[in-house]
Parts: sequence; structure tokens; C-alpha cells
Amino acid sequence: MKILVCVSKTPETTAKISFSGTDFDTAGVQFIMNPYDEWYALVRALELKEAHGGTVTIINVGPAANDPIIRKGLAIGADDAVRINADPESALTAAKHIAEYAKTGGFDLILTGKETIDYNGSEVGGMLAELLDLPYVSYANSLEVAGTTATVSRDIEGGTETVEVATPVVISAAKGMAEQRIPNMRGIMMAKRKPLNVIEPGAATDHAKVVSYEMPEGKTAVKMIDPENMDELVRLLHEEAKVI
Amino acid sequence: MNENGKANGVASAKKSVKTDQFQGHDYYNIDELLSDENKMARDAVRQWVKQEVSPIIEDYSNRAECPHHLFKGLAEIGAFGPSLPVEYGGGGMDEIAYGVIMQELERGDSGVRSMASVQGSLVMYPIYRFGSEAQKKKYLPKLGSGEFIGCFGLTEPDHGSNPSGMITNIKDDGDAYILNGAKMWITNSPVADIAVVWAKDEEGKIRGLIVEKGMKGFSAPEIHGKWSLRASITGELVFEDVRVPKENVFPEVRGLKGPLSCLSKARYGIAWGAIGAAMDCYDSALRYSLEREQFGRPIGGFQLTQKKLAEMITEITKAQLLAWRLGTLANEGKASPAQISMAKRNNVQMALEIAREARQIHGGMGITNEYPVMRHMMNLETVLTYEGTHDIHLLITGMDVTGLNAFK
Ligand SMILES: Cc1cc2nc3c(=O)[nH]c(=O)nc-3n(C[C@H](O)[C@H](O)[C@H](O)COP(=O)(O)OP(=O)(O)OC[C@H]3O[C@@H](n4cnc5c(N)ncnc54)[C@H](O)[C@@H]3O)c2cc1C
Repeated sequence: MKILVCVSKTPETTAKISFSGTDFDTAGVQFIMNPYDEWYALVRALELKEAHGGTVTIINVGPAANDPIIRKGLAIGADDAVRINADPESALTAAKHIAEYAKTGGFDLILTGKETIDYNGSEVGGMLAELLDLPYVSYANSLEVAGTTATVSRDIEGGTETVEVATPVVISAAKGMAEQRIPNMRGIMMAKRKPLNVIEPGAATDHAKVVSYEMPEGKTAVKMIDPENMDELVRLLHEEAKVI
Repeated sequence: MNENGKANGVASAKKSVKTDQFQGHDYYNIDELLSDENKMARDAVRQWVKQEVSPIIEDYSNRAECPHHLFKGLAEIGAFGPSLPVEYGGGGMDEIAYGVIMQELERGDSGVRSMASVQGSLVMYPIYRFGSEAQKKKYLPKLGSGEFIGCFGLTEPDHGSNPSGMITNIKDDGDAYILNGAKMWITNSPVADIAVVWAKDEEGKIRGLIVEKGMKGFSAPEIHGKWSLRASITGELVFEDVRVPKENVFPEVRGLKGPLSCLSKARYGIAWGAIGAAMDCYDSALRYSLEREQFGRPIGGFQLTQKKLAEMITEITKAQLLAWRLGTLANEGKASPAQISMAKRNNVQMALEIAREARQIHGGMGITNEYPVMRHMMNLETVLTYEGTHDIHLLITGMDVTGLNAFK
């Protein structure tokens, strides 16, 4: 089974987020592999490889600064990696670059995380499936493969849906699909020798562009109201909080 | 070990419900001096500690019990002999990787770091360095994978700082040596499958040998009542006419340089490890000082608290630079034993002082196991003494700079 796992880079969860215009200020920000890609998509891909044989390739669209994150994927156990040397301007351009590579790769499974934890777009998987003319199942929390049939379950409001789909297929991974693996020292050393192929991008354009970002308002201090003064509480809930 | 980098341990203790919020501290951007591989190793072990050590360590330490299951986890993550060659059960990494691994383990607990230091630097390393090819093949893979646990017997009841006075001895008896004597304060000894033991031969020369559990006349009783390193098991080694086959003796090495070269390796790891304990205390104190309010404001706003915190991060930064430079020298094979002594002594004392100051910042809470500080402080009392006491390392520096021996 040939598996392709799409991994992206996101700011570490405690990073301070600020924008100037539509540019994310990266000064002092630590980057990590998107947890949905790393913990679920990649690890499940490795488990499937361990069970059925095959290979796991990871792919990232981004600059050379992403290499440490890609190496981590190799340390966790991927066989090889591809980096498309392009700025992933949007979900669509990233999907186009990945599709360009994947269409000749003969992959049985293409996995993405359900979303990145920064822009939360949940778009790349679906776009990729469309560009490759493959079926797509999103938000999968379990994935089994037997022959050319993938069985996927996904959380839906109030229950679970189970889907059967023929491979090749694109699936986005949600919590529950696998358990995070910590790379060990042996994996870290092996990762140095595994291939990381850098591919120059083809043309990719988008139809939409981001116009602006706004930060949510900061939390304000808690207002204490005397328990005797119910009228004041009601007034504040009505006039300031506007909840009643 | 799973070849694809899987390192999941098991834990069976009363788990703490608190999440470990530790963040590393790097005031001088020393990260920029580390390789990607060093950083990945550091982050992996940090994550492993958060997952496997932090939730259980207070409980084990409180009960003075060794979290035995962590041996397997330490092996899987690759903490045993990371800088030894891969073909001998090691990780093939550089000395700085070894350092940051020790730092992260000791950030969790000095006892857990000791489990790894002893196995890697004091058991695997001497077998790798001094052992016969047959000894290496027989023991190293099993030690690297955690199937065997090892211990290192140098200190004796009456010979601590002065190991050359040891009385444990071997006598030639045909195809074996007869071993007699006793070792004291031996980390891991009650649970060890093998012991690397240093003893005098009939010519009075110090020799190293591998004693296996189950050999007749060999026992390893546990030492109880420790207020320090409570999550690490310590014991004696008692040898009463133990017949040790000659093939278990290190063929070439003679004299104190055998055990001392192992200690250099382990002390190097401690110089890094102590930074971990110090950072954990500082990290906890910094967070507490911003959360805890007295007189209507966070205690971190008071000058006296700031003095403590500012001095802590200054000392940590100095220790980091010392360790990094020592690591660079070690990578080039140029770190001298005296340079290692200086770093061990400085960094452990630094960590102990930070633990004491951090304890004060936590007020009464600081003496409880709600916070890691008092545990680190008690642990560091051992770290100050073992692997050469604080004062002995000072004498090593003194001798190095004056050329005069002040030991005797
Ligand atoms: C928890 C724990 C684990 C240990 N694990 C191991 C292990 O795995 N293997 C092992 O072999 N050993 C181990 N040790 C032993 C440790 O290395 C010794 O305790 C240490 O070397 C000091 O020896 P001592 O306790 O006999 O103290 P002593 O040597 O009696 O020292 C007592 C005091 O006298 C001072 N002193 C001694 N000589 C001089 C001098 N010439 N000038 C000035 N001051 C001097 C010392 O600095 C110290 O302050 C362990 C110890 C502990 C506490």
C-alpha cells in the first residue's frame, strides 16, 4: 500500500499571534507539525504500513525552513519525504501543488489532518480529492483498509457514521484515528539518512484572497456586583453584556 | 524496540491530575547553537517525560519506590548510551544530544536520570570501551534494549572519595577469579541483572569485571531510608567467594583510569542534567510568582522575588553556556576530566541553590509535592555528593590549576 500523508507547519499552541495587515508576524514564534497531521494521519499511515506493508511518504508545501518539521515526520517513521518548494499561499494553491505531485504517484491512500490548528480551513483534503478526481471522506476518527476497500468512521452530531469507500481515496484525519508517537533517538538518527526530495513548484493560482485579519477582543476583568444589588446585575446583563 | 520510532511506556501508579506545564528556558538563544537533531532529541525526551514521568513521579518518590517500568520506556526512547555506536546498542548521536537527553530526564527527576546515566555511562560505556568483543556482543544489545539492567560498583563502605583504597579483591583460581568484598551506595543494584565491579587483583591493580545476578555468593540488598533520589533504587553489592569466570573480566584496563573514564562520561551528563532540574524549579517559581497574589498584587512584582528570579535565570544561562561549550569540546574528543569536574560542580551547586530559592518563592506550598521543587532539592543533595563530591571536584580544579595535590 502506498500512502501519502500531507503535513503542514503551524505555530506552536502557546505562541503569541499577531498580524500586520494580512501578514502573520512570525518573530519569536516556534513552529510545529500540525497535530492532526502528525498524531493521527501520519501515525495511522505508519500503523497501516506495519500491518499491510508498503510505504509512507510525507509531503509538505513550503520553504526550506520547514525541513526540521519534515525530518520529524521521518523520525516518527515515514520512509521518505517530498517538499514542494513554494509558499503555500492558500489552501487551493497548496492542494494544486500536492495534486500535481500525487497524480503520478500511484498512492492508494492520501491522508491529511482534518484541519490545521492555525487557519482552521479544513479545505486541502476536499480540494485535493476534487483535483485528483478521487473520493473524499472527512473527519475520520478510525480507518481500516482491506484490499481496495477503506472503512472509515466519523463522528456526526449525536453518533457515528461508518463509510465504505474504494481506494484510492483522500481522507482527513480527526482525533481518535491513532495515538501520538514520540520519535525515539534511533528514528531521529535514521531520519537524517532518509530522502527528502525538494521539487520546484508548477504554477498555481487561487480565486479568492484574504482581505484582512482581526484579533478577538481581549478578555476584560470580571465585574463584581454586590449580591444585594440585583437591579444593577440585570441592568448590566441587559445593557452591557446584551444577553437579556 | 519498534524500528519506526515508537516509544510508548506503561504506567501503573497513582497519576497526578495536574498537567505538566513546563516550558524550556533559553535566555541567550542557545538553541541556535544546537543542531536540528539535538533539538529534536531534546523535544522528544521532553515530551516523553511529560507523558511518562511527570504524572507518576511524585507518587513514586513519595512512596520511595523505583518506577521500574520506566527502564523499558527509557530504552525505547533511546536514553541508554545515546552517544555509543548503534552496533553496540547505542544511538550513534553526538555528545550534545546525550547532554540534552540527560537535561530533559533530570527535568523530570534526578532519579530517572540516574537510571539512565548508570545504564548508559557506567555500565554500557565501560563494556564498550574496555570489554572483549564477546562481552560487548553478550551484554550491550540487551542493556541498550532494557532487557538487562546494569549497575556500577566502585564506592565501598569505607572508601568513597578515595576509591583507590578499595579492599574488594579478586584472586586467581584457574579459569575464574574469586571475588570478595562489598560495595555501597550502588544505584540500581537490587534490580540489576549485571554489575560492573571494580576490584583489586593480587598485584593490587584495579580491574573491572562483570558479575551476573545469580552467581553464588553474590547478593544486592537494598538501602532504605533515603530522603533523596527516592524514585531511584540504591543498594549494596556483597561478594562472598563469588566465582567469576575469567571471560567476565575486562581484558586490558588496569588502575583507576578504568572507573574514572566512566565517571567522566556520567559527570558530563550530570552537568547537563542539573540544568534540567534547575529549569524545572525556575519554571515553577516563575509561574507561581505570577499567579500568587499577596498585598493585592502578584508576588513576582516584588523586588525581592524578582531578585531571586533574575539571579536564577542568569545562573541557568551561565550553566547552559558552560554545558554547551563542554559538549562542543566533548564532540571533538577534547573535554578534559578537569573541565568536566568544573561543569559538574558548578551546575549542580547552581541547581541546588535555585531549588532552595524556588522553594521560598512557593512559600508553604513549596514544601509539598504539589510542586516539583522540594523533590528536586532533596534529589540534588545526592547529585552534589555522588560522582565525586562537590569538594572533591573543587580539589580537582585546584590541582589542575596549581599542579599541587591537596587530596592527601
Ligand atoms: C543515592 C546515591 C547513589 C549512588 N550511586 C553510586 C553508584 O551507582 N556507584 C558507586 O560506585 N557509587 C555510588 N554512590 C556513592 C557516591 O559516589 C559516594 O557517596 C561519594 O563518592 C562520596 O563518598 P562517601 O559517601 O563515602 O563520602 P566520603 O568520601 O566519606 O566524604 C565525606 C565528606 O568528606 C569530604 N572529603 C573526603 N575526602 C576529602 C579530601 N581529601 N579533602 C576534602 N574533603 C574530603 C567529602 O567531600 C565529603 O564532603 C552513590 C551515592 C548516593 C548517595
